[in-house]
Amino acid sequence: MLAFLTKRIGAGLSVLLVVPSLTFLLMFGNAANAARQILGESATPEQVAAKSAELGVNRPLYVQFVDYVGQLFVGDLGRSWFTAEPIGSLLASRATVTLTVVIGSILVSTLLAFALGIAAALRRGALDIALQVLAIVGFAVPGFWLALLLVSNLALQLRLFPATGFVAFTASPGQWLASITLPIVALMVGAVAGVAQQVRGSVIDVLEQDYVRTLRARGLPSWRVVAHVLRNASAPALTVVALTFIGTLSGAVFVERIFALPGLGLAATNAAVNGDVPVIMGVVLVMTTIVVLVNLVVDLAIGLLNPKVRLS
Amino acid sequence: MSQLVPIPAPTAVPARRGVISKVVHDPLGVISLVALLLIVLATVLAAVLAPQDPARSSLDDIFAPISAAHPLGGDSAGRDLLSRLLYGAQVSLLGATIALLASLVIGLPAGLIAGYYGRTFDSVSSWASNLLQALPAIIVLLALRTVFGPSIWTSMVIFGVILAPGAYRLVRATVSGVRNELYIDAALVSGLSDTRIIARHMLRVVRGPLIMHSAMVLAICINIQAGLEFLGFGDPQTASWGSMLNEGFLNIFQAPQMLFWPGLALFLTSAALALVASSLRDALQAGAAKPVRRRSVKAPPAGNGAVPSDALLSVRDLRVAYSGGSVEVVHGVSLDVAHGEVVGLVGESGSGKTQVALSVLDLLPTGGQVTSGAIALAGEPLLGRSASFLRTVRGHRIGYIPQEPLSNLDPSFRIGNQLSEVVRVHLGLSRAAARDRVLDLLARVGIPDPARTYRAFPHEISGGMAQRVLIAGAVSCDPELLIADEPTTALDVTVQADILDLLRDLQQEKGLGVLFVTHDFGVVADICDRVLVMRQGEIVEDGPAEAIFDTPQHDYTRSLLGSMLDGRPARLARVKATGDGRA
Repeated sequence: MLAFLTKRIGAGLSVLLVVPSLTFLLMFGNAANAARQILGESATPEQVAAKSAELGVNRPLYVQFVDYVGQLFVGDLGRSWFTAEPIGSLLASRATVTLTVVIGSILVSTLLAFALGIAAALRRGALDIALQVLAIVGFAVPGFWLALLLVSNLALQLRLFPATGFVAFTASPGQWLASITLPIVALMVGAVAGVAQQVRGSVIDVLEQDYVRTLRARGLPSWRVVAHVLRNASAPALTVVALTFIGTLSGAVFVERIFALPGLGLAATNAAVNGDVPVIMGVVLVMTTIVVLVNLVVDLAIGLLNPKVRLS
Repeated sequence: MSQLVPIPAPTAVPARRGVISKVVHDPLGVISLVALLLIVLATVLAAVLAPQDPARSSLDDIFAPISAAHPLGGDSAGRDLLSRLLYGAQVSLLGATIALLASLVIGLPAGLIAGYYGRTFDSVSSWASNLLQALPAIIVLLALRTVFGPSIWTSMVIFGVILAPGAYRLVRATVSGVRNELYIDAALVSGLSDTRIIARHMLRVVRGPLIMHSAMVLAICINIQAGLEFLGFGDPQTASWGSMLNEGFLNIFQAPQMLFWPGLALFLTSAALALVASSLRDALQAGAAKPVRRRSVKAPPAGNGAVPSDALLSVRDLRVAYSGGSVEVVHGVSLDVAHGEVVGLVGESGSGKTQVALSVLDLLPTGGQVTSGAIALAGEPLLGRSASFLRTVRGHRIGYIPQEPLSNLDPSFRIGNQLSEVVRVHLGLSRAAARDRVLDLLARVGIPDPARTYRAFPHEISGGMAQRVLIAGAVSCDPELLIADEPTTALDVTVQADILDLLRDLQQEKGLGVLFVTHDFGVVADICDRVLVMRQGEIVEDGPAEAIFDTPQHDYTRSLLGSMLDGRPARLARVKATGDGRA
């Protein structure tokens, strides 16, 4: 298990090193005329040069990189080029919003998807056909369109939920729940469809295994057989949950814009519109860290469930 | 939500003839293909079909209601929504095609090379593809937009690169699955170059799965492109589905209906693509698990009254069929196993002997069912009984020993756990008592270090040990009857003899009745009192073991014995020498 964990942590670290580094080199390597963009066409060359020096983009790329990495170690993600806000504190509050919505959606959708997938695999028939339909619909329906329909119908027409904004849990648990319900529902549909389909497939695969017949031949009650099946089927399903998590982070970018949730995705969208490179860089860094951590948790869960994985 | 829903990769199946005809005969496949064709046609003919120029705006038509001139109404700038929808389709399909091509240009060759040659290239590109998938795609697109500029087409090329690992993995898995097939070896031996083999064989194998994958990728691309345009990263001058949704969003209070049509167009296009892919997948994997209703209702057991009650196990006129009863594989088999008797059920593979054995346990594979006949255990009918009744019989009164030792142990649970679960369920033992009983059992079946094996996972023990574990599991609740389905076939010859010794000892010690299914007359000679010879679902010969060996009546029995003569001279000599099936 230790060797397995070391290997997975190593893989995670390599992603954490390479992805943000590449992003940094690509983005800052291209930021030479950032000052001109910020100041506009009317600025004098002197003003542009002064702004470049202020942003630090006139230095050689490797110096900027070493400087950035050095600052990271003291927890400094730099400042926004436009608002001069420190990015670390800006993203900390935003990560809370994004993670609330994304983790909420993943938890609810995973529970639902396992229930649906297991039921469809065990019962087949009409429920199974319904799941196939859901799989196609969930895959094909653009999540942001779904979010738009939810806002337009449930929030604006029927006024069942707030259309925009995020309320902190500490401020009001009830309003907090109301503010995240529609975003979570919008993010969930695709996730449920994808994961349920995988759960169904793996459960059916495991049900065909010889050892399940042998377990039945020993006269175990159904729930005990299902427990065996589930433990064996959950590894591939959890792998899909990890992938779905990344997809849900993508989805959060749209959902945050539609529901005006001050999360990482909205920060990235606004920064991309302005060309606020350090903010996007910060979002990339934070999101890569989140993804690596989630993958590690999922790997750990798979390792605990499946002893063979621990060895390979 | 532009989620990269993992696409189930089809198992490596060589592209077969008839895939197209299968898709065409699948109603959903036809409907979705026609829908797709209509969408493409409408896109191509946008100039003809559109009521007006998509960019022409008119103050009179701002939020125009639905009318003959504006079948879907007008937008906030007084432009015709239908025209914008039709022209917008061009942007969507073009962008998606660009992304698909980019992903194939990278993924296909990389996958072919990695799958065919493996090694360094394989591990390097697998690592790179993991990296590409570590970030949410949309974040990468937003970040790289600041590098490569705001063009939506550039973004779609980048998105194609992000999706390349999908094509890469699919091609790699398919190719490496076929790489070791005999016909590829034959091609290599006959001197074909690697390039020729890749071009001739590998591309053919990859083609079907890749087309399926491409349909899914197109759907994903259409959605993500619309998403980018929705966020405002498209070309504001060009009509597109995403920018129409953006306009709808900005005017969500005045004209929420504007959100409906472009979203529906996105959904229908993606759904049609996904359905084509799913229909293709079904055609490519003929054996895939499709939604079927599992038959739980068994035919009413017939002739239960005729079952004699003195036998331990009685099977009367048993018929087993598959595919809803249309393919019968067991045609009226009757047999008895007396208390303490070992009955061999012998036949070649496909003779139906295992079907008979599994029918007794009501554990036929999916699709199989007993269509008529009667089965009784000590006079008590088993067919058509409730699941809870059968659970008290299985494991408790009938033990089952399967063929393949390792595939019959649950790989995720410790061996001790799997065995103690059974005795706890049937005998109601406490955790500690169950553990003691299982340790005793493991020692009894000849496992050298029971405590170690108790803690071990199945992959940590040998096949011979695993078979001993399964035997321990079968006899753990002191059953009256043992059903052994080729329990020695998968083992080494030396281990076979040990296992047979163990089974014989246990049988005599506990006075078990045994139904011993095998294709091996050598095994029969070793252990059986009586032999039934099965062929094509019928019993062709039935008699005491020595009689069958000395004077086989049926040609088939003689040919089975003859084949053993060729393969197992030593053992037959032993049979002849003792003149008796039992040692």
